[in-house]
Amino acid sequence: MIAFLVKRFGQALVVMFVISLISFSIQDNLGDPLRELLGQSVSEAERQVLRDEMGLNDPFLVQYWRFLKKAVRGDLGNSYFFKRPALEVIMEKFPATMELVLGATLIILFLSIPIGVYCAINPRSWFTKVMMGMSIIGISIPVFLTAIMLIYLFSIALGWLPSFGRGETTMIGFWETGMLTWDGLVHLILPSVALSSIMLPLFIRLIRSEMMEVLEQDYIRFAWAKGLSRKRIWFLHALKNTLLPVITVGGVQIGTMIAYTILTETVFQWPGMGFLFLEAVNRVDTPLIIAYLIVVGVIFVITNTVVDLIYGLVNPTVRLAGGHS
Amino acid sequence: MTRYWHLFKDSALLYSFGRDKVAMASFSVLLLLVVLSFLSPLIAPFDPYDPAGIDIMDSDIPPSWQEEGDPRFTLGTDAQGRDMLSTMLYGTRISITIGLFAVLLQSILGILLGLAAGYYGGRIDAFLMRLADIQLSFSTLMVAIVVLAVFQASFGTELYNDLAIFMLILVIGIAEWPQYARTVRASVLAEKKKEYVDAVRVIGLGSRRIMLRHILPNTLSPILVISTVQVANAIMSEAALSFLGLGMPVNKPSLGSLINSGFEYILSGSWWITAFPAAILIILVLVINLLGDWLRDVLNPKLYKD
Repeated sequence: MIAFLVKRFGQALVVMFVISLISFSIQDNLGDPLRELLGQSVSEAERQVLRDEMGLNDPFLVQYWRFLKKAVRGDLGNSYFFKRPALEVIMEKFPATMELVLGATLIILFLSIPIGVYCAINPRSWFTKVMMGMSIIGISIPVFLTAIMLIYLFSIALGWLPSFGRGETTMIGFWETGMLTWDGLVHLILPSVALSSIMLPLFIRLIRSEMMEVLEQDYIRFAWAKGLSRKRIWFLHALKNTLLPVITVGGVQIGTMIAYTILTETVFQWPGMGFLFLEAVNRVDTPLIIAYLIVVGVIFVITNTVVDLIYGLVNPTVRLAGGHS
Repeated sequence: MTRYWHLFKDSALLYSFGRDKVAMASFSVLLLLVVLSFLSPLIAPFDPYDPAGIDIMDSDIPPSWQEEGDPRFTLGTDAQGRDMLSTMLYGTRISITIGLFAVLLQSILGILLGLAAGYYGGRIDAFLMRLADIQLSFSTLMVAIVVLAVFQASFGTELYNDLAIFMLILVIGIAEWPQYARTVRASVLAEKKKEYVDAVRVIGLGSRRIMLRHILPNTLSPILVISTVQVANAIMSEAALSFLGLGMPVNKPSLGSLINSGFEYILSGSWWITAFPAAILIILVLVINLLGDWLRDVLNPKLYKD
C-alpha cells in the first residue's frame, strides 16, 4: 500500500509539474504584463528599466522558479478584470461547480445502477430494449443540446423551472451553497440533469455489460447450485464485482465531467468556475486562466488518487500485489 | 480488383448488413447526409460564404410553412439573413470533414504508437501507456478547450478564424490518440504470441515490416470498430467547441457554431435557427453510433478494457 501511495504521489507531482509549465508558458506568451500596468505614454527606455526591475528579462528558468515559488504559496497574480487575486476569484466560484457536479453524480448513481442491473438481469424485457435504445440516443446528443432542449421544454414552453443562475444562496463559512433553499434546489435541477445526460447512458451500458459478464462466471453458477436466494446472488455477489470496473471508469469520467461543466454552465449561465473560465478566455485574463488550470489540475490529481485508493480498498488483488493491478 | 470485390461480396460483413434493418437505415441516412453536404456548392440554393448574396433585411424569417415565412427560404433564415438550408448544408460538410480528418490523424498517431508499444514492450511500452493514461484522465474536451482558448487568445480572433478548421483537426486528432494506441497495443500483444509472427521473424524480416505488413492487418477489426465511434465523438467535440465559440467562426459556421448563434435567439422565439442544425447534428451522430454498434456486434473484436 505504501509503495502504491509513493508511486501515485510521484505521478501526481509529474502531472502538476506539466500543468505548471504549461501555465507558466501561457503567462509568458499571452499579453505583456507591462501593457496591463502602464498606459501608452511611458517611453521605451522607462519600460526597459521597469522590465529589468520586475525581472522580466531574467532567463526562463529563473522566472519559472519564481513563478513556482509564488504558486506554491497560492499567489497566482491578480485577475486583470476583477483586480483581485485570481485564486480567490476562482475559489469563490468553486462551490457552485462542485454542487453542480454533485447533483449530476447523484442522478447518475441512483439511476444507472438500478437500471443497469435490471437490464442485465432481464435482457429480453421490453424495458431493457427501450433503455438500450434510449441510451444510444442519449450518447448521441451533445450536452449543450440537451441543456438547450431542457430549457426550451421546461422553462420556455412549460414554465416550470428556472433557466439560468443559481437562485437564492446561503453562506456557510466560505462555502456559498444553493442546496439549503427551495429556490436554490429548483435552480439546480435542470443543470444537473443536463450534465448527467451524457454519462448516464454510458454508465447504464457499462454496468449492464459488466453485470452480464459477471453473471456468466463460475462462482455465480456455484451460488445458484448452492441454492442461494436470487436477491442475494444478484445484489450481493454479482453487484460487488460489477462495480469494480465501474469505479475505474468513473474516475476517468470525472475529468470529462469537469470539461462538460464548462458547457453546462455556459448554457445555464451558472456562476461557476467553468463559466468564469470562458469569460476569462474572452477577456484574455491570463492570471485567471492559469488559476483555473491549476485548480482543475489539482482536482484531477486528487480524484484520480482517491479513485485508485478506493479501488485498492475494494479489490483485494491490488492490495496483495503491492499496487500492481 | 475483382478478387477483392468477390471477397467483399461474399463476406460475413455484407451478409449481416443485408439482414440488419437498423444498420441499413443508418447507412442510407449517413450516405444521404454525406452526399448532400459534399454536393452543397452545387445544390444549395444560396452561397452562405458570399457576403454579397446576403441581405440583412431577410434576417429571422421563419420556415416557409409558417405564416410569416418566405417561399425563397424553405427552412427560414438566421439572424444575419442567411438561408438556413444552405448554411446547414455547408455546415454539415465542415463538421463531417473535421470529424474524418481528426480521426485520420488520431488513427495514424495511435496505430503507430500502439504498434511500437505492443511490439517492443519494455520501457517504450511503459512510457507510452503511462502517457496515454495521463492524457485520458484529462479528457479530450478539456485539453481541446484549454489549447484552443490559449491559441485564440495569443493569435487574436482574426487570424484564429482563418486557422480554426486546421486547429480543430489538429487538437481533436492529437488529444484522442490513446484510444487507438491502447486498442492496437492490446491486439498486438495477442497477435505477437502467435506462430505466424515467429515464422516471419525466423525468415529474417525486419521488425518494421513485421509490424506493418503482418501484425497490423490482423488488428484491423478493432480499429474499424473504434473508428466509427471516434468519428461520432470527433463531430460531437467539434460541435461542443464551436458552441463555446472556440471552434468554427460565425462566417464559416459548422453545425456547432450555427447552434451557438441560434441559442441567443431561442428566447425571442426564433427556434428554427437552433432546432434544424441541432436535429441534423443529432441524426448524424446517432447513425454513426448505430453503425458502430452494429459493427461491434458483427466483428466482435476484443476491445481494450481497463
